[in-house]
Amino acid sequence: MDTAKPAAVVLEDATVAFRLADARVYTAVERAALRIEHGEFVAIVGPTGCGKSTLLNVAAGLLKPVSGAVRIFDSALTGLNREAGYLFQADALFPWKTALDNVAIGLEVSGVARAEALARAQGWLASVGLGAFGGRYPHMLSGGQRKRVGLAQVLIRDPRILLMDEPFGPLDAQTRQIMGNLLLELWSADRKAVLFVTHDLEEAIALADRVVIMSAGPSARIIGDWRVPLARPRDIMEVRLEKEFHALHREIWSVLKDEVLKGYAQASQAAEGAA
Amino acid sequence: MSRLKLLVCQIAVAVVMLGLWQLLATVPVFGRMLLPPFFFSNPVDVGSQIVDWFASGVIWKHLLITLWESILAFAIGSLGGVMVGFWFARQPRVAAVFDPYVKMANALPRVVLAPIFTLWLGLGIWSKVALGVTLVFFIVFFNVYQGVKEVSATLRDNGRMLGMSERQLLRHVYWPSALSWMFSSLHTSVGFAVVGAVVGEYLGSAAGLGYLIQQAEGVFDVAGVFAGMFVLSAFVILIDLAVTVVERRLLVWRPGAADGRG
Repeated sequence: MDTAKPAAVVLEDATVAFRLADARVYTAVERAALRIEHGEFVAIVGPTGCGKSTLLNVAAGLLKPVSGAVRIFDSALTGLNREAGYLFQADALFPWKTALDNVAIGLEVSGVARAEALARAQGWLASVGLGAFGGRYPHMLSGGQRKRVGLAQVLIRDPRILLMDEPFGPLDAQTRQIMGNLLLELWSADRKAVLFVTHDLEEAIALADRVVIMSAGPSARIIGDWRVPLARPRDIMEVRLEKEFHALHREIWSVLKDEVLKGYAQASQAAEGAA
Repeated sequence: MSRLKLLVCQIAVAVVMLGLWQLLATVPVFGRMLLPPFFFSNPVDVGSQIVDWFASGVIWKHLLITLWESILAFAIGSLGGVMVGFWFARQPRVAAVFDPYVKMANALPRVVLAPIFTLWLGLGIWSKVALGVTLVFFIVFFNVYQGVKEVSATLRDNGRMLGMSERQLLRHVYWPSALSWMFSSLHTSVGFAVVGAVVGEYLGSAAGLGYLIQQAEGVFDVAGVFAGMFVLSAFVILIDLAVTVVERRLLVWRPGAADGRG
């Protein structure tokens, strides 16, 4: 990596805590330190409920850490992260806007003339393979198509950092792979810094340059950081057949497995406690 | 059931009901009318009264008055409901202060306000409009309030991450959400606007469908009362159809809206 350039995202011992309804304090993430270089694709993997999304919200500026700092391109983050585009886990398209308007909105609110915004939005829709679907409302699109529109909606603003929260989670296996390849194709065009949260280790290895593992929550910490030695450009479906893929998968999984079991046990305990 | 068969069945129900009514009101059973004409009139008389109204043209004036009152009540009530609902939803403190009074005002049966409105605003259309407004306002208010409050956190965050300012969030996220809730209650609020108008007319006025029914009742003209009721039903159904058309136009983006309400 080019060390002269400042890192895109740096978390310095960020701790995130929430005050619960009964006045107890719940520490979601404890002293997370993470550095994402310019143009680097980092995947965060961890068991359910470990605070992966929390970490992403901190990088987005939607959440403030109670201690520690967030630096974006070498300046401290105050308020929202204006350099970042965020692809949410849940459906975040505006249901009352057509696909085209949904993509164009990010330009419109920043003062681009409507005609130009629409023209550029049409171009983005085409590049996610939905050129003919501009007039459809979100409910008329399939889950995968909605994710494509969401991707175009975020990318049209040309953010230097891309935050993705299990964006392909609700999709079926085939669609996930297709979306993964689409993402890599769009990403390789201008190499934004990507922070990609997922619970799927295979997806993480197939997509990312680095895989970061988090422990089970509460007080989740970052417990591992692996560089993915696979060459680019990659094809998500084929890369899974390679030897290095399996070796790395086995290595990471040996660490992740315990945490997944721990997280699962805690989740079922919490469910029993609540019941 | 096929459409045609359904239609035939529906018409059959009307024919049987009207036939029974006519029969029981005109043919004595064991020497006595089961439906005394003084209290029940009969379909033929009611029908001829309706035809008479339309043929002579007197009904148009009353229909127009009621329609105009309903439209005004709906427009003013909706406007007020949208503005106050929006304001309360964005200012939780204001909402908290006013909460008991809103509940109190909404708990009051609105009919008891009619005499006050008549005193304040006279026997003209405005006392009826005011009654309709009190009904429409609360429906729209609660829906808009809910609509703004229930904007999903994801949509809000997405708007913010896409660079929207507070004002742009209002315009592109909160406003459409609130309006969609308001439109989904359109049938109810339009219905209540008509109720306000007719009840107001019934309680004291010089024109309108409610007045027509009240006049007929005053001279024990049961045929006139029933005729007024039928015209009123048809009137409300027509308005409801118009609302459905408007709704389909406005809520195209909603799943299910385009397929109609069945």
